[in-house]
Amino acid sequence: MRTATDVVCPFCGTLCDDIEVDVDDAEKICATRNACIIGDNKFMTAQAPDRHLHPRIRRGGELVESTMDEAINKAAEILVNAKHPLLYGWSSTHCEAQEAGMALAEGVGGTMDNTSVCCHGPSVLAIHTVGISSCTLGEIINRADIVLYWGCNPVNAHPRHMSRYSLYKRGFFTERGKSDRTEIVIDVRRTETAQKADIFLQPEQGRDYELMNALRVAFRGGPLPESVAGIPRAEIEKVAQMLKDGRFGILFFGMGLTMTRGKHRNIDIAISLTADLNTYTKFLIMAMRGHYNVAGADQVSLWECGFPYAVDFARGFPRYNPGESSATDILARKEADAALIIAADPGAHFPIDMVRTLASIPMIAIDPHVTPTTEIASVHIPSAIVGIEDAGSAYRMDNVPIRMRKVVEPPEGVLTDQEIIERIHRRVMELQGLEVPEVTAVKEPAEALAPSAFDDILQRAT
Amino acid sequence: MSEILVKNGYVYDPKNGVNGDVMDIAIRDDKIVDAVSPTAKVIDASGKVVMAGGIDIHAHIAGPKVNVGRNMRPEDKLFNTSKRGKMTRSGGGFSVPSVFETGYVYSRMGYTQANEAAMPPLLARHTHEEMADTPLIDQSAYTLLGNNWLVMEYIKRGEKDKLNAFVAWMLHATKGYCVKLVNPGGSEAWGWGMNCVNISDPVPYFDVMPSEIISGLAEANEALNLPTSIHLHANNLGHPGNYQTTLDSIKLLEGVLPRDGKIRDQVINFAHMQFHSYGGTTWKDFETEAQPIADSINKNKNMTVDVGFVTLDETTTMTADGPMEYYLHNTNHLKWANADIELETAAGVVPYIYSPKISVCGIQWAIGLELALLIDDPMQAFITTDHPNAGPFRRYPRIISWLMSNQARLDRLETLHKVVPDRVAIGGISRVFDFYDIAKMTRAGPARALGLGDMKGHLGVGADADVAIYNYNPKTMDPTTDPAGIEKTFKNTAYTIKGGDIVVIDGEVVSKGNKRTIWVDATNGSMDPAVLDDIEKKFVRFYSVTMNNYPVQDEYVARGLVVKPEVA
Amino acid sequence: MKKVTLRPKDKEYMFLDADNVTPDNFAGKTLDEVRAVEIYEGNRTYALGDYFDVIGETDPDPNEIGIVIDGSVPKVKYIGMKMSAGKLLVKGSVGMYAGGWMTGGRLRVNGDAGAYAGIAMEGGELVIDGNAGDYVGANYRGDWRGMKGGKIVVSGNAGSDIGEAMVGGEIVVKGNADLQAGIHAHGGKIVIEGDAESRVGAQMTKGDIIVLGKIGYWLPGFIYKKDDQIDYDGKQYAVKVYQGDRGEGGKGTLYYAGA
Repeated sequence: MRTATDVVCPFCGTLCDDIEVDVDDAEKICATRNACIIGDNKFMTAQAPDRHLHPRIRRGGELVESTMDEAINKAAEILVNAKHPLLYGWSSTHCEAQEAGMALAEGVGGTMDNTSVCCHGPSVLAIHTVGISSCTLGEIINRADIVLYWGCNPVNAHPRHMSRYSLYKRGFFTERGKSDRTEIVIDVRRTETAQKADIFLQPEQGRDYELMNALRVAFRGGPLPESVAGIPRAEIEKVAQMLKDGRFGILFFGMGLTMTRGKHRNIDIAISLTADLNTYTKFLIMAMRGHYNVAGADQVSLWECGFPYAVDFARGFPRYNPGESSATDILARKEADAALIIAADPGAHFPIDMVRTLASIPMIAIDPHVTPTTEIASVHIPSAIVGIEDAGSAYRMDNVPIRMRKVVEPPEGVLTDQEIIERIHRRVMELQGLEVPEVTAVKEPAEALAPSAFDDILQRAT
Repeated sequence: MSEILVKNGYVYDPKNGVNGDVMDIAIRDDKIVDAVSPTAKVIDASGKVVMAGGIDIHAHIAGPKVNVGRNMRPEDKLFNTSKRGKMTRSGGGFSVPSVFETGYVYSRMGYTQANEAAMPPLLARHTHEEMADTPLIDQSAYTLLGNNWLVMEYIKRGEKDKLNAFVAWMLHATKGYCVKLVNPGGSEAWGWGMNCVNISDPVPYFDVMPSEIISGLAEANEALNLPTSIHLHANNLGHPGNYQTTLDSIKLLEGVLPRDGKIRDQVINFAHMQFHSYGGTTWKDFETEAQPIADSINKNKNMTVDVGFVTLDETTTMTADGPMEYYLHNTNHLKWANADIELETAAGVVPYIYSPKISVCGIQWAIGLELALLIDDPMQAFITTDHPNAGPFRRYPRIISWLMSNQARLDRLETLHKVVPDRVAIGGISRVFDFYDIAKMTRAGPARALGLGDMKGHLGVGADADVAIYNYNPKTMDPTTDPAGIEKTFKNTAYTIKGGDIVVIDGEVVSKGNKRTIWVDATNGSMDPAVLDDIEKKFVRFYSVTMNNYPVQDEYVARGLVVKPEVA
Repeated sequence: MKKVTLRPKDKEYMFLDADNVTPDNFAGKTLDEVRAVEIYEGNRTYALGDYFDVIGETDPDPNEIGIVIDGSVPKVKYIGMKMSAGKLLVKGSVGMYAGGWMTGGRLRVNGDAGAYAGIAMEGGELVIDGNAGDYVGANYRGDWRGMKGGKIVVSGNAGSDIGEAMVGGEIVVKGNADLQAGIHAHGGKIVIEGDAESRVGAQMTKGDIIVLGKIGYWLPGFIYKKDDQIDYDGKQYAVKVYQGDRGEGGKGTLYYAGA
C-alpha cells in the first residue's frame, strides 16, 4: 500500500491540491482523504470494473469494438473529409492535450471550442468589454472581509470553496476566519449557500442586471426608485454602503448570472460594479469556473491564437465571434459536418436540437466513460483519466496553474487524451500528404509515495 | 554535424571590436568556430550587415498578464491575424501577439533571444508553458520578488543569509532567471488599494521601505553572484515629476560594484527608464527630465537602463505595478484588468493609445529618444519598448531608424502636438547612432548586462551561433537620410540563424527552431532548513496551494539551459 | 451604373463566406473574373460561379457598380463586408455580418438579415426591409469604438444589443428592439419606433436614444430631467427626457414617448 499526497482533484474549478489517495498493492485506489464527496467519487469510481476500455466504431448502426488503429484511422478520415469540423470539449483534460487539440483544429481547418460556451463564456465576453479586476484565491484567504456570492451556490457546486479559500479559512489579515468576514448572498433562489449568509437578497428572476445598475447608482448617491428587481430601496442602499465600507471585498459569481437573461451583460455590469468600488475600497471579482480545467482551455487557446474559445480556423487564420463561431451556435445553425468531442459531455448538456445535429453528423467521442455523447458517436475512443492516470497542467478558477498528478497507471491499452489527439493528428497529416513529425510526448510514470516537485537539494535536510 | 560559412559580410561585433569589417563567420553545429570545412553551406553576405542575434532584455511576451491582455483585446487581433504556413502556425495580435507570432516576428527581425520581464512566482508554470510553446527564440523569465512577504520580512528583520537562501529557492522553484522588482512595496500596498509612491513610503503592515527592498535584494543578488543584476521597475512609474523618485532610486546603489566584474558591470538595470524620466507637476505642465537621468547614468557606470521607447501606436499596457494600471484606467477610462497574486505581487492591464495628436504622448516619444541619445555609452542603454507598454516590439526597426537619423526624428517631431517641441530637448540633439552603436544596444549590451556576454550577443569563437544578416550595404547606403530603408532592413532579415539553425530566409520562417529556456540555479546544492520552515509556514497558513505543488516541475523546462553561478 | 446579377444556383451548402462580394472587389474585373472570385464554405475555397450564375456587366469604378443578388441567401455571410462604394441589393434574406465594417455605398436587403448586420460600420447606408438579428450596428468584441458613421434602417424588428458602443451614425428600427439597445454607447443616435425591451441605453455615456413605443422594465440609472417635444420624421412627439446611465456616470439622453 502507498499513499500519494498533494494530489490535485480532477473535478471542479476549485482544483483542490491537498488530496491524499491510498493505493493498494494491486494498484487499486482504495481511499481518499480531504476530497469532497464529489472528488472522492471521481477517484473511487475511476477503476470501476465496468469501465469501458476498448475503442468502438459504429457499424450498421451499432457501436462495435475495434482496434485502436482502426479507430484512429476512422477518426482522421472523418476530420479530413469535413468542410467545417467542430472540435469541442477540452475542459476535463490537461493543457498538453488542449495544445495538441489546437494544432489538430488548425490542421483540419476546424473550429476549436471548449465548455466555456455553456458556462463562463459570457464572463469572457464581458472581460473583452470591460476587463476584470481579480486576484488569486489566496488574496481572499488573507484579506477579504466582504464576501459576496451572486448567482452561485458553492455549497453544492464547489463544496470546498468556502472552507479552503473564501469564507471559513483563516488568513494573515483575517485571523478569525468567518468571524472576520461578512457573507452576502444575492440569488433568485434561497440556495444552501444563502441559508447561512449574513445578508441575503432575493431579486426577481431576470433582474440581476437592473439590481446591479441600482447598486451602481446608489454608490453615486442615487436617486433610486422605490424598489428595483423587487428589492426595496433601503435594502439596496444598505448593501451598497456595506460594499463601500469593507476593507477588501470579493464578488464570486456563477451561472446564475452567466446563463440567465442578458448573459454577458450581467457579468459586464458586475465587473463594472466592482471596478466602481475601488474608488472607495479594494473590491475584486471572480468567476466560479466549473470544469476543473476549463480555465486552462481558455488560457491555452489565448496564448496559441489570441482568442479564448470558439475559434474558427476554417480559413487558415483564427476567427472569433461567439454567437457565430461557438459550438452551440454552429450546431444550432447546422454549420458543422463532423465533430470531435473530448473531455465534455454535450450529449447530456446541450439543448436537444443541438444534440440532434451532433447525432446526425460523423462524430468522434474521446472519453474515459460511456456517456450520452459516446452513445451517439461514430467512433468512441476511451482515454485515461487526467489527474488520476495522467499528469499535466490545469488552471484553477483564478487561473493559478497546478500540475495534475498521475496516481496510477491507466488500464492496459488505454491511451491518454494527448496521445489519442496526437495520433489522430499524425494520421490526418498522412492523409493530407504532409510530413509527419516525430513523436514528442513523454509519458511519466505513476508517482510513488509523497511526490515532490523539488530536486533532492531542495528537500528538507533531515 | 552541420556547418555554415557566412561570407564577406560587413560585420558589427562590438564585444570583439569589429566595426564594419568585411569578415567571414564560421558556424559548426550550434557554435561559432574558427573555421569550417570546404563542404560547409555558404551564405553570401557580401554587401550585407552581419550582427549577432538580437537580444530583447525586457518584454512582456509570455505568461499570465500577457494572456489577460490577449483576453481583453480581441479587437487587437481582428484583421491582424496571420495564416498558417508550411512551417508556421497561425496566430495574431498587433500589440499582444500569440506565442507563435511572437517567435516569428522576433526571428524575422533578427532577434534570437527575448526575455519575459515579469513572472509572478505562483503563476510561473503558466509563463513556462507559454515560453515552451514560443518557437525559435531563446527565452528566460524574471522572477518577481519586490513585493514578496518573506522577502520583506527577512529585510525587516535584517536576516540577510536567509534572504539569500530564499531568493535562491524562489529562482529555483520558479525556474526564473533574475530578481525582478516591480514597484517594490507598492504592489503589496495595492492589496489594500494603496501604493508606495516614494521609496521612503513604508509598506502597510510590513513596515519596510521600498528603498530597503531595493538595497536588500541588490545585496542578495550580489551575494548569490547571479548572472544578471536586479532589474528594477522603479516606484512612481508614469507620473509627472517622477524623475526625482528615479534619482532617489539611483542614489541607493551609487558606488556599489558587482561581485564579479568579469561577467557584468552593473548592479542594477533600470527597466523602461523613459517612464521614469518625467518632469512637471501635472499632465498640463508635463515635460522631459531625460537630461538629469542620463547625467546620472553617465556618472554611474555600475548601472544600465533599458529605454522603453514610445512608438506612438495603439497598444496594451500590462505590468505588475497594479496601482499604476488602476491610475491609467482612471485617466483614459478604458477597460481595466487587475490580477493580484497572493503573498507575491499584483498585475494590471489597460489598453492605451499613444496618439501623435496628444501632447503628453509626443513628449513621451521624445523622452525615450533623448535618454538613449544623452547616455554616452550605448553599452548602458538598451533598445526596448517595455513591450507592449510603450509600443509593440515589432516597432524596433522604426526606433532604430529614429536613432540612426536626426532628420527622421525632426520630421516626426514636426507632426506632433504643437507644445511638444517646447517641452522636450530632442530637437537640439543631433547625435546619430551607427550600426556599431545599434549592435551595442541590441546585442553586446543586453548580453553583457544579462551575464551572458560570453555566450550571446557576439560573433567570436565559442559564442552561440545566433546570427542576423540584414540586406543593407553600409558602404553605399546612408542611414541618416534613409529611415524608411533602415526600418525595412531591420524588419526582415536576409537570414536569421539561431543556434546554428537557419530559421529565417528573406523574412520567411523556414524552421521550427531549437528554442531553449534559460534559468538560474543558485542553490549551490543546499538549503537552510530554517528557511524551508519559514517557507512551509507560509504555504500551510497563507498560500492557496500546497508547497509541494508550487515549484515548476522539470517537465516545463524540458529544453532548458541552467546557469549555475559560482560562489567563492 | 452597371448591374451585376448573382443568381443563386440550386446547390446545397452549410453556409458560405462571401466577404469578396462587394462593388469594390468587382470593380475592374471581367465577368469571368467575377465568377472566379473566391467564396468559402468552411475550409474549402470555391469560385463565386460555383454557387451563383453571374450575369450583367462590370465597371472599373466601384461607384458605378450595382450588385443584385437575385434570391434569398440566408446562409451566406459577410455580404458587402467592408464595401466603400456602389450599390448592393439582395432580393431576399442574408446571413450574418451583412454590411459589416462598410464605409460607404448602399446595401439593401429585401428580406431579413442575420446577426451583426452593419457591425462596426463607418459610413454608407444599410437598409433591411425585414427583421434584423442581434448586434445590428454593434461593435466587434472588445472594441470600445463601435459604429462610427452611416445609417442603418431596419423596417421590421431588431434583436438585442443594437448599437453597442456606438460612437456615431444612426440606427432606425421601425419595429421593436430587444434587450440592451444602445449599450455602452458613447455617441450616435438610435431610434426605436416600436417598443424596446429592458435595459435601453444600459451603461451608455453619451448619445441619443429615442423610443416612441414602450420600454419593458425601467433601468434605474436613467434619471428624469424634463418633458419636451421632439420632431421626428416630420411629426411632433411629446416625450419625457431622461439622462443616463447614471450607474456608469453617463450623460446619454433618452427621449421616451411611451406611446
